[in-house]
Amino acid sequence: MISKATRVAMAALMLGASALAVQAEGWMPESPECIAPANPGGGWDFTCRQVGKVMQDMGLIDKTMQVVNLAGGGGGVAYAETVNKRNDSNDLIVAASSATATRLAQGAFPGNTVDQVRWVASVGADYGVIAVAKSSPVTTLPELLTQMKDDPTSVAVAGGSAVGGWDHLKVLIAANAYGIEDVRKVKYIAFDGGGEAVTQLLAGSVQAFTGDLSEAKGFVDSGDIRVIAVLAPERLEGEFAEFPTAMEQGVPAIGANWRGFYAPGGMSDDAYNAWVEKVATLYASDEWKAVMAANGIAPLDLKGAEFDKFVHESIEQIQSLSREIGIIQ
Amino acid sequence: MDTIANLADGFAIALTWQNLGLALLGAFLGTIIGALPGLGPSNGVAILIPLAFSLGLGATPALILLTSVYYGAMYGGRISSILLNIPGDEPAMMTCLDGHPMAQKGMAGEALSLSGIASFVGSIVATFGLILLAPQLVKIALLFGPAEYFALFTLAFATLGGVSSTNQAKSAFAAALGIGLAMVGVDTQTGVPRFTFGEVHLYDGIDFLVAIVGLFALSEVFLFLEHRHGSSDAEGKKMTIGRIVPPLKMIKDTSGAMARSTGIGFLAGVLPGAGASLGSFLAYALEKKISDKDGTFGKGDPRGLAAPEAGNNAAAGGALVPMLALGVPGSGTTAVLLAVLLSLNITPGPLLFTQNPDVVWGLIAALFIANFMLLALNIPMVGMFTRILMVPPRVLMPIVAMVSFVGIYGISGSSFDLYVMIGFGVLGWVLRKLDVPLVPIILGTLLGNAMESNLRRAITISDGDWSVLFGSPVSLVLWAVALAGFVLPIVVGKVIKARMHGARQTAQAEEMDATD
Repeated sequence: MISKATRVAMAALMLGASALAVQAEGWMPESPECIAPANPGGGWDFTCRQVGKVMQDMGLIDKTMQVVNLAGGGGGVAYAETVNKRNDSNDLIVAASSATATRLAQGAFPGNTVDQVRWVASVGADYGVIAVAKSSPVTTLPELLTQMKDDPTSVAVAGGSAVGGWDHLKVLIAANAYGIEDVRKVKYIAFDGGGEAVTQLLAGSVQAFTGDLSEAKGFVDSGDIRVIAVLAPERLEGEFAEFPTAMEQGVPAIGANWRGFYAPGGMSDDAYNAWVEKVATLYASDEWKAVMAANGIAPLDLKGAEFDKFVHESIEQIQSLSREIGIIQ
Repeated sequence: MDTIANLADGFAIALTWQNLGLALLGAFLGTIIGALPGLGPSNGVAILIPLAFSLGLGATPALILLTSVYYGAMYGGRISSILLNIPGDEPAMMTCLDGHPMAQKGMAGEALSLSGIASFVGSIVATFGLILLAPQLVKIALLFGPAEYFALFTLAFATLGGVSSTNQAKSAFAAALGIGLAMVGVDTQTGVPRFTFGEVHLYDGIDFLVAIVGLFALSEVFLFLEHRHGSSDAEGKKMTIGRIVPPLKMIKDTSGAMARSTGIGFLAGVLPGAGASLGSFLAYALEKKISDKDGTFGKGDPRGLAAPEAGNNAAAGGALVPMLALGVPGSGTTAVLLAVLLSLNITPGPLLFTQNPDVVWGLIAALFIANFMLLALNIPMVGMFTRILMVPPRVLMPIVAMVSFVGIYGISGSSFDLYVMIGFGVLGWVLRKLDVPLVPIILGTLLGNAMESNLRRAITISDGDWSVLFGSPVSLVLWAVALAGFVLPIVVGKVIKARMHGARQTAQAEEMDATD
């Protein structure tokens, strides 16, 4: 009953919107659809909805992007659905991130591989941060890592992903880069999401936090937590410029949680190229820059073949790290 | 007195015709969404996000629409609990226990309107709490580390025994079954899948909405199918609906229950990771401990209805505290609202109150407006809703089955969940035949995972030192209450049982009188 009402309302709006929309050249999706492989409220859902909204505002698509939440298996359900049932769809893109690559690398999508879909483009990256509470005596990344090296039990690090997930791997990348041999000793506590992990840092249950810049932003602004390292190649722009990178502190660690899209493997070349072009146009727009700035998303501009190569490379890196900590054989 | 000035500004923002219209629309849609089995507040809000976006609403109107849906769904969840014994969403589970027996006794009208009033009391007080105490309440959330959460969940399980059945062993079995079901999925502390049999749909565990709809709604349909050919109580039996406005005496009798439950529910809502289900459960358990002198709980006691309703609606308000002040959602629905805020370029967190006061106070004013609207909508709608009872089961049950399937498919879009739901339906049918209570199963599924995770977090942080579980005053208090809740019924059990026996006989006699 409800969805019908919604649909009628949206249909009415679509009629209005399509009259106004600038008619773009070339291929247009008939009913653009974006699968968010998680429940509403997460990063993937955000990616779909924001991109859909900005694309429609810009006239890149002439109909409202239908966002379908297909949760399950940490994205595995959506991946399997795309590969098995939607392989020929030209209208579909699926939100993805480092978490997707991590699970593909660790074989957590049973029977699926990275080559079964077409990787479209990235829309930005969320660089990893390592933070401590404002009352902590630790002020630099090497200080924290030295403590970890001397007595691994003394530092508990909280993050929002499961063990072996991206938040966990980021700390290990840093620990590895600092010369901690047995990264398995690093004490990582998994919480349900970055917000809960930050709360536990404030509550004093743990000594450090690993997560994305966007998760930590609100608490940094209020002065409750101190970012001791951003895992970016160089300092970020704007208000984030004050955070030191791990690089400049002598720890060559980079950890970017990229956000982007993949499309069904059987998508036609015309449609694939059109989607790549649309995402690229979106990425270059001022509207998207504003969204990125507001949410602490840093630039990461990869599209088409370039993005495909990047995903493959990051999967290899994650595989070697996961082998080291014993997540996979 | 800044607060009052701020609130006045908030009302100035919220009281436009457009916003009032949106609040009315949201409250109405929310009530219906909440009443449909399977569709709860979080789906309701998620479904309406596209509407908010495509209407091109600004931040404040969009939030007003969506929070009205949220509150509306919390109100609406009780309707199918009371009328059909099928919870509309998970916090409404406890409402079944006394709400449905009331309806069976011919007091459906009173039950619906009383629960509407209890919902109103719970959420209006919680909204005041949100205004006055938000900054202080955040500190409570910060007192809770993994060890304290573990103690809190243990408390819930310790008080479970007396809640839903006179047979403690069956309750314990049901809870253990629920905790076992909660184990399914990828274990976050090691990243290893458990009991998933290589099935990717099970990696995230079993969605408790699927379990609820299967256990309650489908098993009801199965029971109906079974009895269809036999003594069809469907035909002929005349349902009495009762009054549409509850007698003043009933409101007076339940006011204590409402007050206590509002407090408990609100606190449970404030704690991220506890949420409305725990709020309504603890409210009911406590109320039963305090007021159930003559064993009428579970048989249609108005206090047993008012307590969980006030509790879960207060928790809904409480859950907004950590969401706004910490950016940490206390429930599934606030997670969705958080995402909406983020996509409107508003970052919740410690600075939200200073950076976006118009949004916060507009939202709070909207909550007040939505509450009054819901009360105004719900009392007259009681008459409409109770007509559901007039629908003969042979018409109603197919509708229940259809709504269940559509609702569950609508959430996840996967047919796998439908099979799981049917499985739960069969399980629920078997368990009902064996007289095993269903509520502890859901509670186990809901809380089992969080309980386990927090235990393991606490032990990992302390490097295997179990004494950390008793390391803070907060956890010691929680353990003491849990112990009391568990041991007292056993010690004084005999006395109460004897009294209950007597009470049951008088209650039955009274019932006979009433039906004459």
